[in-house]
Amino acid sequence: MIRFAALFNTIDQSTKTNAKVAALADYFDSAPDEDRMWTMALFSGRRPKRAVTTTKLREWAAETADIPLWLFEESYPIVGDLAETIALVLPLSETTNDDSLTQWITRLRDASQTDDAARKAFVLVAWETLGGTERFVFNKLITGGFRMGVSQKLMTRALSKATGKAEAELAHRLMGNWHPDHTSWHALIEADDAAVDASRPYPFYLAYALEGPPDALGAPENWRAEWKWDGIRGQLILRDGQHFVWSRGEELMTDRFPELARSVDFLPPGTVLDGELLVWHPHSDSPASFNALQKRIGRKTVPKKLLADAPVVLHAYDLLEWQGEDLRDAPFAERRKILEELCAPLPVAAPVRLSPQLEFTKWDELADLRDVARDENAEGIMLKRSDSPYLVGRKKGDWWKWKLAPLTIDAVMIYAQAGHGRRANLFTDFTFAVWDGNELVPFAKAYSGLTDAEFREITKWVRKNTLQRFGPVRQVTPHHVFEIAFEGIQASPRHKSGVALRFPRMSRWRQDKPLQEANTLEDLNDMLRIYG
Amino acid sequence: MNSSPALTFTERGIYCAAGDFHIDPWRPVARALITHGHADHARSGHGHYLATHAALPVMRHRLGDIDAQGIAFGETIRIGDASVSFHPAGHVPGSAQIRVEVGREVWVASGDYKTEPDGLSEPFEPLKCHHFITESTFGLPVFRWQAQTHVAAQINAWWAKCAAEGKTAFLGAYALGKAQRLLSMLDPEIGPILTHGAVEATNAVLRQQGLPLPDTLGVTPETDHKAQKGALVLAPPSALGSAWARKFGPQETAFVSGWMQLRGVRRRRAGDRGFVISDHADWNGLLTAIKETGAENIYVTHGYTEIFTRYLNENGWHAQVVPTEFEGESLDAEGSE
Repeated sequence: MIRFAALFNTIDQSTKTNAKVAALADYFDSAPDEDRMWTMALFSGRRPKRAVTTTKLREWAAETADIPLWLFEESYPIVGDLAETIALVLPLSETTNDDSLTQWITRLRDASQTDDAARKAFVLVAWETLGGTERFVFNKLITGGFRMGVSQKLMTRALSKATGKAEAELAHRLMGNWHPDHTSWHALIEADDAAVDASRPYPFYLAYALEGPPDALGAPENWRAEWKWDGIRGQLILRDGQHFVWSRGEELMTDRFPELARSVDFLPPGTVLDGELLVWHPHSDSPASFNALQKRIGRKTVPKKLLADAPVVLHAYDLLEWQGEDLRDAPFAERRKILEELCAPLPVAAPVRLSPQLEFTKWDELADLRDVARDENAEGIMLKRSDSPYLVGRKKGDWWKWKLAPLTIDAVMIYAQAGHGRRANLFTDFTFAVWDGNELVPFAKAYSGLTDAEFREITKWVRKNTLQRFGPVRQVTPHHVFEIAFEGIQASPRHKSGVALRFPRMSRWRQDKPLQEANTLEDLNDMLRIYG
Repeated sequence: MNSSPALTFTERGIYCAAGDFHIDPWRPVARALITHGHADHARSGHGHYLATHAALPVMRHRLGDIDAQGIAFGETIRIGDASVSFHPAGHVPGSAQIRVEVGREVWVASGDYKTEPDGLSEPFEPLKCHHFITESTFGLPVFRWQAQTHVAAQINAWWAKCAAEGKTAFLGAYALGKAQRLLSMLDPEIGPILTHGAVEATNAVLRQQGLPLPDTLGVTPETDHKAQKGALVLAPPSALGSAWARKFGPQETAFVSGWMQLRGVRRRRAGDRGFVISDHADWNGLLTAIKETGAENIYVTHGYTEIFTRYLNENGWHAQVVPTEFEGESLDAEGSE
């Protein structure tokens, strides 16, 4: 554990990618097989089954620290991380135990088979014999989630450095359903004939946002355009008579979208499609809003009624594997051509459809299309270079997303709350209101979009202009106007204003705008009528 | 006991009616008693200032020509019907807690304080009182400081590593207090210690009043940046990563603050490293200080005021939050600390 904690520290303390890659590569080069497997697993979001509930952990931590539970609970949001909060409140101690990462994970799983008293005894001994980062890492093993700036890309770079294998190959090997319990370092990373798991997806290729007009991209004839759908990116895999659906976050979603099971009836094995999962009613011209899809996300089993109310189809826009061959190095135009032939005979009842391309010869024409994207329930336009291969990860140059300008409204800040974690010492969470006659009606919360310097300035101001405190929330003098940008608006009886915004954030601090000139509830309702 | 308390909290600051003076006021007043020279406690515009002899030089340096009077630690003077004395707060050199006695009622306004001796500031002196005014900048049980020697070893190890790799080590710290404390913790055997102009100016003031600080070299436009092999540069946080700093070539930066205890803040603000050193009391320090006063009534001025106050009330004190404009330990360049 000391070795893993040291790796963790080096990565955590460094802001430089090269230093992180070097530390990881060094670890992969020298750590025992089981430990490096678990390290890869942990850094890619695979974790041991939770052995202890977080409720118990919090109780035991407060008890060991000799503080009331409420005080622990108040500290937690300020620190922003449960594992860290526990590590910080416990009595200081030095690490006296040097069992390996895998040994600790094994012990943790053994503990999950025992009763509460034995589990508690195990955890308390761990806290006593582990100090500093080791203690924090141990808590992380239980609470899960090593989000620490080790992207898949960074890990594959380090692995490539340690093993001499190409990054793209490693990226593919690391995708999918592997787990340290069921595979070995040799089988996953080294074996030449690694039997490709039927479910293994390809790493997604991600577009960069296009700032400014597309003229800078060169001649329009070298580019293909399509709607940028507001759904969930998904990869549909058809191999060996089975089908698998993967999200961009590498989550297997096959069971959540049972409609796609029928795709095996329409498409041959050895086919992998990249596309957008959308709620699209059979006879509608455009997909339903993201709101409809949201009802499906997070449901592991889908009731029949919901299946009928919110049917999902895959709008395919790329073909990654065809007749069992990896097509990713072929130019986009070629992949697209086969995809079109493949989709042409599909009946309306098929759960897969071709995502159409937009016709244009000049950039101006495309700009006009973009202006009406909202009518199609699209959130902008995707641009893909005709001769581009399908790359791994976010790469600049061949794929661009040209998003719609967000909707905006000018609103008054009326409540402020301190942030947590990295922003614990600043006021960053604000509630905004619009005018309803002489009254200010709250309608949205936002906590992003300002610079650090702006957050510091507003923090100073909040301290001096607090009218009332409600626990951590401060009501402030209505004075500052902010432009709030958002992606969508819908009616919501749960909110006092009657509307809910999608992804609201502060796009501008309108220091130039007097309080009275902020927008009104009527303006918001107009937007609801148009875009809701 | 008087029906009206000796100290009250007004829009201008902490006020003593019996002596007609304010303590660390944030709006201009006729007579101000100042605990220490940080900007959120010693503001400009007051008619007359009273502070410890050790705090005055820095205040004059920062506030310019002020009408001020010095007082020794432990010396009692009479102002109107109030007896007033200043006692070490251990926050920065010269910083004081102000004890006010009216009738038989004793109040202590502690300003900012820490209980751990830092080897440079006059060590914190516990005072018996009925009413204690305290900060709570780090008033959560997650804030507990390691011994200074422990962190000194971490900082020196980091500096030595930078020196070995041919990098200049930049340490971000406030010009008054933290910078000098760090100076006393650094191992001059590792390499030369350079200072930014703002730090060096404060060093000069403190050296002149007799504070034992190691030798430093102020960076000037004439400094030969490439010749400073293995150097450590002490600079205000705002100077880290600036054009001024980049002239030194390959470098690492570290930030020193109590906030570095939180991984999230460390990752956002620390540059390459974050070291946990604060001139404010940690959780245990706050509770020990409060217990030692023997006071029943506690007024919490800044920091995690609501949470800290609730904890005190559950443990037998009469505690309340009093809104002030003190800022505690800030991470801003222009912050007050």
